[in-house]
Formats: sequence, structure tokens, C-alpha cells
Amino acid sequence: MHIRKFILSVFVLGLGSFSVQAQGNDTGNGDDDLMAMLESEAATTANEYTTATFKTTRIANGHSIENTARGVLDFRVNHRFGLINSGLKDFFGLDGATTRIGFDYGITDWLMVGFGRSSFMKEYDGFAKLRLLRQKENGGMPFSLSYMGAISVQTNEVNLPDTLEYYFSNRLAYVNQLLIARKFSNALSLQLMPTHVHYNLVNYKNEPNDVIALGIGGRLKVSNRISLTAEYYYQFEETKRFVEGQPGTMTRNPLTIGLDIETGGHVFQLLFSNSTAISERNLVGQTVNDWGKGDIHFGFNISRVFTIVKPKGFENSRNKIW
Amino acid sequence: MRINLNQAYMKRTIMAALIICSSVVNGLAQKYMTRTGKVTFFSSTPVENIEAFNNDVSGVVDAKSGDVAFIVPIKSFKFEKALMQEHFNENYMESDKFPKADFKGRITQLNAVSFGKDGNYPVQLQGKLTIHGVTKEVSLPGTITIKGNALTANAKFLVKPTDYGIKIPSMVESKIAKQIEVTVNSVLNRK
Repeated sequence: MHIRKFILSVFVLGLGSFSVQAQGNDTGNGDDDLMAMLESEAATTANEYTTATFKTTRIANGHSIENTARGVLDFRVNHRFGLINSGLKDFFGLDGATTRIGFDYGITDWLMVGFGRSSFMKEYDGFAKLRLLRQKENGGMPFSLSYMGAISVQTNEVNLPDTLEYYFSNRLAYVNQLLIARKFSNALSLQLMPTHVHYNLVNYKNEPNDVIALGIGGRLKVSNRISLTAEYYYQFEETKRFVEGQPGTMTRNPLTIGLDIETGGHVFQLLFSNSTAISERNLVGQTVNDWGKGDIHFGFNISRVFTIVKPKGFENSRNKIW
Repeated sequence: MRINLNQAYMKRTIMAALIICSSVVNGLAQKYMTRTGKVTFFSSTPVENIEAFNNDVSGVVDAKSGDVAFIVPIKSFKFEKALMQEHFNENYMESDKFPKADFKGRITQLNAVSFGKDGNYPVQLQGKLTIHGVTKEVSLPGTITIKGNALTANAKFLVKPTDYGIKIPSMVESKIAKQIEVTVNSVLNRK
């Protein structure tokens, strides 16, 4: 009986000293061990969404995969000067310009809406952009997918004989677009944009009402604050506008080459494009200028963001602008 | 009589076993750990005050050796302004290249801390602070608060972004402090 207890005690003691021994070895290696311990714990947690695939919500003219964050208002001013090849008379296009002023807002982190007014054809446009899939950092989802839907109304004056009625619906056009993007590296992001534009009314008898196009865009980071961007929409031939005997009416594929410059709360986008207008309605399906002839517009976008709804946890923060 | 003696033996043995066991448990439980530690930084200038919070900090304190290690995942810093958070990661901390900041060091006067006794213990930490891929030898003042099985680590110190190769363009120089105040306030639990 006693012997058994004695053995038990020795066994327990032995265990105790063994564990102390183990402890000794552990601490002998110092904080490298602790670091390894922390790292192995941390590694199991992080699988974050890829961020900053593009600098802002537009590549240059068209949409990028980015959304404004929840509670953030983005005030955007887009400006396109006249054609560069217009010569000294119009000071290489600087005399004439089209402008779009717009507001975008992030309702949630996956849904943003926007509204804008363009001087070109006195157009009002509204859109919603939804995040459907998001690329992940450490494997998993390899790309991001969003849907962008827009509606636009041109309120320019239309001169028709009194006998003809011009319906409001004639002024409308709709855009459906998928955005498929992947950030390949810190420097390179690419995006595909299958796009459908429907025009309720078109100018010519045999002009299609539906334009189908495939856009491709990308950005190349030159430095932390400067990126080169490009975007191009290929219109499928059958859906292009081409009217026999009206050479000026043929639509061209829009190509835009830009430069993103970021300074604090602003993003400046400088760009060259053959598209006169800014919204998808005109950009994708009704661009008529030809790069080859030098029908190029210089333009810029300015984006300024304002945080309207404070994110959670910042109620008592010391954030302040004097 | 015999039975009584047996009982006494039994009691003593159980007591001994309990004491040994508890000392064993104590011996194992010399590390305090967290994965939800809090680190805040604060930049104050006459133009703008900026504060960002991080609640994903991992930390460990070894009560026996005095070794301390903290890992701060940079992307977990939350800003009030989403764009500022993006710029912080993309332009300043380059968090794709340098995803973590860390501190490895030790408590220099370990004897001053009684881990078994509740109380506040001011300490000095000596070690290596790595931010943005640059490692500097630092000495940081802090406080350790023991309450039961919890150890609260508090520290407040200043970090110069330029010391760690973090470039601040002249355009925003007036908005970002030359020295950023870093506050650690993390509760670590005995393991």
C-alpha cells in the first residue's frame, strides 16, 4: 500500500521535474521561440481580400473593380477638352470641353451607387455597382467579379416636325457590364469588361439597338503614387454602327491611356482618349473619333472623397481636421 | 488504529501530490499570450490629427525569462477614412512587402515584477523594433498589470517614420507628424 503511494509520488515528482526541464529548454532559445510560436498562431488567421487593384473606381473613362467604401462620398469632376488636332485656332482643343460632375456613394462595402450630369447631350446618368466575388490574398478566389448597371437619359433639344412625337423613352439607354479583375502583383492589375449597351432609339434605320463589346483594361504602378492605365473596348462587328454613304457615322473602338496621380485625399487622372463623352452610353457604343487621324481628347478626372458615416469604433477617436 | 494511520498517510500523500501538481501547473503556465491585443497610433499636427486602431496584435510574455514578443499585422490598422487606410498600406507602410511590424525583447528588471501577485509594475523593455523592414534597437518604458491570470501590457512611445525608411512626400508633410505616438494596450492571458 505505502509502496504504491511512494511510487506514485515519485512518478508525479518525476513528471514535475521533467516539465521544468522542458521549460528550461524552451526559454533557453529566448524570444526567437516566442516569435515562432506567435507566427504559427497568426498564420492560421489571415486570408484577407486583395485591396487596391486599381487606384480609384474608374480605370480612366470606364469603371474599375473598385468600389467606394461604405459611408464614403466621392465627388468626381471629369473634364474632356476638344480634339488635340484642332490646331491653334482652338488652342489644340483647350477652348472646347465637355464636363461630367458626379457623386458616388458606398451604401455598403459591396454596393455603391452614383449619379452624374454630363454637358455632352445634356445627359443624366445613374448607376449601381455590386461586388459579387472578391479576390483573396492567400489563395482561394483568384479574381474579383462585379456587376455594373447604368441608366442614362439625354435631355438635349430635339428638333422634329410637329407631326412627330418624341417620347421620353426615346432618350434612354441602358448599360450592363461585368467587371472581372485580377491583381497579379503589386504593380500589375488587369481587368476584362464584357459590356452590353441598349439604346431605345438609334439615329439610323439599320443601326443596331444593342451594342456588345469586350473591354480590357489595366494598370501598371510606376511608383507608389503614380500608375499608368489603359482601357480599350472592342465592339463586335455586327453590333457596330456603320451606315453606307455616311463615313463619319462609323463607330470606333474607344482607347484611353491615362496616368493616375494620387495626392493625399485626391486622385488625379490625366488621360488621352478618342471618346468625347464620359459615360458608358457614349464611350462604348458611340465613339466616332479615330486615334489614327489624331482625333484625340486630352482630359482629366478629379476625385475627392468625404467620409460621411464614421466606421464603427471611431466614435471616441482623436481624429480631427483643424 | 491501523485504519487511522492509513487515513493520515492517505491525506499526507494527497496533499503532497496536490502541491506537486500545482507546482507543475505553475511551471507550465509561465507564458501570457494574446491574439487580440490592441495597438493604436496617433499622429498630431496643427492641420490634422490621425488615429488608427489595430485589434489583431499577437503578443507573448514569458514570465520566467522576461522575454517579450509582439507581432502587429499592418493591414489590420483601421482608419476612419477608407482612402487613408489604403494609402497607409500602399504608399507608406508598403504592407504587401512588409506585412508585419514586430518587437522582440525582454523586460530588463524582471525581479521587480511579481507575476503571482496582483498589482501594477512599471518596467523597461529592451529589444528590437522592426517596422517597414527596418530593425532598430530600442528601449521602451511600459507597465505590466497583473490581475489573476491576466497580464495587461501598457506602453506608449514615439516612433519617427523616417527612422524606419518610411517616406513622406513634401505635399503631405504638414499633415503627418514627425513623431508618431504608438500606444500598446493588450490583455494577455496565462497559458
